[in-house]
Amino acid sequence: MTSPTTTAASAASAPAAEPSASGAAPTASKRSKRSTRRKSIPHTPLNPRPSIPLTLVTGLVLVYTLLPLAWLVVNATKDQNGLLDSFGLWFAEDVHLWDNITRTLTYDDGVFVRWLLNTLLYVVAGAGGATVLAVLGGYALAKYEFPGRKAVFAVVIGAVAVPGTALAVPTFLMFSTMGLTNTPWAVIVPSLISPFGLYLMWVFAAEAVPTELLEAARIDGSGELRTFFRIALPLLMPGTVTVLLFSMVATWNNYFLPLIMIKDPDWYPLTLGLNAWNAQAQTAGGEAVFDLIITGSLLTIVPIVVVFLLLQRYWQSGLAAGSVKE
Amino acid sequence: MTLLSTRATAAPPPRPRVRIRLRKEALVGWGFAGPFVAVFGLVFLAPIGYALYLSLFKDRLIGGTSFVGLDNYGEALADPRFWDGLIRVGLFLLVQVPIMLGIALLVALAVDSGRLYGRTFFRVSIFLPYAVPAVVASLIWGFMYGTRFGLVGNINDTFGVTLPDPLSPSLVLASIGNIVTWEFVGYNMLIFYSALKVVPRSLYEAAAIDGAGEWRVVTSVKLPAIRSALVIATIFSIIGSFQLFNEPSILQKLAPNAITSDFTPNLYTYSLSFSGQQHNYAATVAIVMGVITAIIAYAVQLRGMRKG
Repeated sequence: MTSPTTTAASAASAPAAEPSASGAAPTASKRSKRSTRRKSIPHTPLNPRPSIPLTLVTGLVLVYTLLPLAWLVVNATKDQNGLLDSFGLWFAEDVHLWDNITRTLTYDDGVFVRWLLNTLLYVVAGAGGATVLAVLGGYALAKYEFPGRKAVFAVVIGAVAVPGTALAVPTFLMFSTMGLTNTPWAVIVPSLISPFGLYLMWVFAAEAVPTELLEAARIDGSGELRTFFRIALPLLMPGTVTVLLFSMVATWNNYFLPLIMIKDPDWYPLTLGLNAWNAQAQTAGGEAVFDLIITGSLLTIVPIVVVFLLLQRYWQSGLAAGSVKE
Repeated sequence: MTLLSTRATAAPPPRPRVRIRLRKEALVGWGFAGPFVAVFGLVFLAPIGYALYLSLFKDRLIGGTSFVGLDNYGEALADPRFWDGLIRVGLFLLVQVPIMLGIALLVALAVDSGRLYGRTFFRVSIFLPYAVPAVVASLIWGFMYGTRFGLVGNINDTFGVTLPDPLSPSLVLASIGNIVTWEFVGYNMLIFYSALKVVPRSLYEAAAIDGAGEWRVVTSVKLPAIRSALVIATIFSIIGSFQLFNEPSILQKLAPNAITSDFTPNLYTYSLSFSGQQHNYAATVAIVMGVITAIIAYAVQLRGMRKG
């Protein structure tokens, strides 16, 4: 192994914000160049000294943010008796997490698994489709002059201000005359439109895809579709992932649309299923399944939180693109 | 650049005349935008048109459906149940939105200032609730508010006190405000933080050289620089407040006496349509609500974008 490769590898793997453990000057090797640089620069307005009081105050917001999630994790380990007898932010004597998960997945002939699969279907078809439409539409708005372009944009942006619920009743009536209610289509089709996603892709494509590059491709005789797939799409990737993330969270968390469109529990997404269990637990004579609601809630957020954390750096670019435009 | 390798094997065609080029470009542009526009027409424009159409008719038990002109609108504007809900979300908006945006702005400034230990951890964690479905957020908080196995019950038992019930009719609106704040503080924080990130750092250096303290930099440099982000976040929050539905709808099961079927205009629309089968009147209330939302959002935008 030669040294350049190892230093590059270790520098890449070491987190950038890792100050050297001791205040002593690190040994003068290439590897610690980063930390020496961090240490040697005096604190200026651009590189201020971290402040303990500020961290503590912001820490209050952090505690407020994480407290309900901690409560959920702790209480997913309790059975019904544990829920009633033990302190809410600490574990009961015995841990029932595994038992709870098994019961959640098997209760009522495994209806929870069915809801999970429905949710996955709605997310893959709905969010996937929404992303495709937004990318194609945004690219067209940014890079092609066509009659009606400005009108399309104005109407779509105007539509953002229309409350989704104002559309719900007429959409429901329209879909029921078409015979679409109570089918997956009733949830998937409305999910295909993301005005925010279109706007984001339009802003992103305008900046990320140089028009000269498209012109050069045309002169080289590349067709429009081929130019899009081979040249524009790779450049649009970061924006595409951002739109996909927003659409995924929106469809995974959707409640109002399926609530209106779906009456058959077999087609419920997870959100409606949890709501139905909660309704059952609150009615007199219904089986109180609070332990299942809590464990089911945890199982509902785990996948989306994992995706969120894995792809969290992409949120930034999308929201930045949305906010810098004056 | 990979351009050279993607060169087509056929000889490049002679450059067409400009008019033909333009027509072709229009076709291709519509080809790309077409799918979005078609589905948009189906799920946005058609329902809006249909709602307008529905709002002009009435379904009577005797005589069936008949055209009534603007009667439904008159009825909606004189409907105390509609006004109750509207005033409630108006109050919610005036209290909850400033609190939420204020906290979001403070956290964004703190993260951006570079004076936090573990800033990435702060940024990601505080944004995390955005990924939690409204159903789950409402259930968690709803249980925590409860006296049976919630935190409120724990505190009462431990200290022998009786805290006011967060799910009582007088407090339930504030409790909903807390849930919405928890869900969206991080989202708004990220909007502000993203805007702060693109402010040229040289401005801060210049301000420091001019002797501006940290607060002065915030008020005179940072806030004006992220003005448009502040306006956008305010507009989104206003629209969200007027559309308040998910949280009260889910808490309804936990607090049936506190949350009535006309608690917010959206709950009212929902119950009119799906419990009462009054589709025409429900469509009218929804349109009135949409118009009010659009007017207020537009007014905020004009006010916010005015250079003043």
